Amino acid sequence: MERILQLLEDNGRMTVEQMAVICNKTEAEIKATMKRLEDEGVILGYKALIDWDKTDREYVSAVIELKVAPQRDRGFDRIAEKIYNYPEVQSVHLMSSGGYDLMLIIEGKTMKEVAYFVAYKLAPLEDVVSTSTHFVLKKYKDKGVIYKAPEKDERENLL
Amino acid sequence: MDYQKLLSRKAQELKPSGIRKFFDMLDGMDDVVALTVGQPDFVTPWHIREAGIDSLERGKTYYTSNSGLLEMREEIAKYLKRRFSLTYDPLHEIVVTVGGSEAIDIAMRAIVNPGDEVIIPTPCFVCYEPLCRMAGGVPVSLVTEEKDNFKLTPEKLKAAITPKTKLLVMPFPNNPTGAIMTEEELTAIADILRGTDIMVLSDEIYAEMTYGGRKHVSIASLPDMWERTVVVNGFSKAYAMTGWRMGYTAAPASITAQMLKLHQFAIMCAPTTSQFAAVEALRNGDEDIAMMTAEYDARRRFLVDGLRKIGIPCFEPEGAFYVFPNVGVFGMTSEEFCERLLYEAKVAIVPGNAFGDCGEGFARISYAYSVKHITEALERIERFVKTL
Repeated sequence: MERILQLLEDNGRMTVEQMAVICNKTEAEIKATMKRLEDEGVILGYKALIDWDKTDREYVSAVIELKVAPQRDRGFDRIAEKIYNYPEVQSVHLMSSGGYDLMLIIEGKTMKEVAYFVAYKLAPLEDVVSTSTHFVLKKYKDKGVIYKAPEKDERENLL
Repeated sequence: MDYQKLLSRKAQELKPSGIRKFFDMLDGMDDVVALTVGQPDFVTPWHIREAGIDSLERGKTYYTSNSGLLEMREEIAKYLKRRFSLTYDPLHEIVVTVGGSEAIDIAMRAIVNPGDEVIIPTPCFVCYEPLCRMAGGVPVSLVTEEKDNFKLTPEKLKAAITPKTKLLVMPFPNNPTGAIMTEEELTAIADILRGTDIMVLSDEIYAEMTYGGRKHVSIASLPDMWERTVVVNGFSKAYAMTGWRMGYTAAPASITAQMLKLHQFAIMCAPTTSQFAAVEALRNGDEDIAMMTAEYDARRRFLVDGLRKIGIPCFEPEGAFYVFPNVGVFGMTSEEFCERLLYEAKVAIVPGNAFGDCGEGFARISYAYSVKHITEALERIERFVKTL
């Protein structure tokens, strides 16, 4: 099971047939395991890693540090839920930092758009105490993948 | 000047590697999917590279002792104990060399007298025969066969032994076939050698690359074999460190003393920067090996399965990172098959005869490439085979 997860984390497009060969299992077994992992919410989806900087799309992302007031009984869950429902919000993490509580990654077309989102949507939320916005200038590596064109194979043919 | 008359006859008589011609064809071509290299596609793990860089920053740019940094030899001894239950004294029984190749060279020259016969199981890595010749030895090729899974069988060994036999080369896990020798199979070989004066050069450079739950066994760990064996190993394959040129010999002190002289006068000492990196590899590299070996194993299954589905018979390799399919079934020589595959399908693989005449009919395919790369190659090979 863990092997399947490793293979898919490394290459989400690996086919059932390929995984069956690699893991020495039948295709039916791989399919069953994948279905179980999906049903249990261990595997949540399969996405492409895209370097938007190489496209014409207008794109900017920012890390937002959010200080919030936790609620009685529900802690940070309710405010986190409120925030992650915005499609602009790419990720939400509860942090153990002393300085802030939630770390978000926000994506938008322009810096202005992101700044407006923070100012007009996030900051006014009832439990939000303060926000701090850091714009990403360049992405070097994400999800274990280095964001640059693959290098030419320079290995010499020595036997 | 008439160089032919002047220069060393022995050197001139060595045959240049025939495979060069094939690789030269490849150089001028675009869009070729190559499965030819004999080295890992991984970069040396960062903590190992960092140890090399750190040694440079601290100005450790001096010679080490001839046999290598003592801490390196101590770590090698611990590693050999930990992984293969081999016991060597770091002070007198280990020499750090410039790659496994130098280790093979000094072992040959320390052991072989003019006229001694050296049994070399083939197909195999290309250096044993010329190095044996330069040492004055007589190479005796022992052909391993597909029907035996390219293993060295006791029957074949017995038939090859003569009163002149001095040394047996044990090139397992094998490049190019991917064959390995199990403990049981090695025991049968040891039974023949026991009580003789035949020595063993065990080239274990691919020792960490064994698959399907099999663990490499060194012939030196079997009873009565330690005293007659030179173990050769290195860092190129296990730690993806080809360019660092790091290898070593492990052998009884009397043999090591002779090898050390040859090493001392030709090399002085192995590169210091590389030695510091290798110390880090030995101390903290076991996990890297496990990660890379798991990845090779996945590719191995994938490639063997793909070739078989295409209809290319392929014996199950259990070690190294090569498969050695039988392309003779298409009624062409190895070179014809590989040249047509290159020109018609733009896939490069190595004709088996590059590893000795007995490799004819086969081809070596390396899986030191990503699954994506191998997938593309398999698709092209399939299209090509359908046209035959």
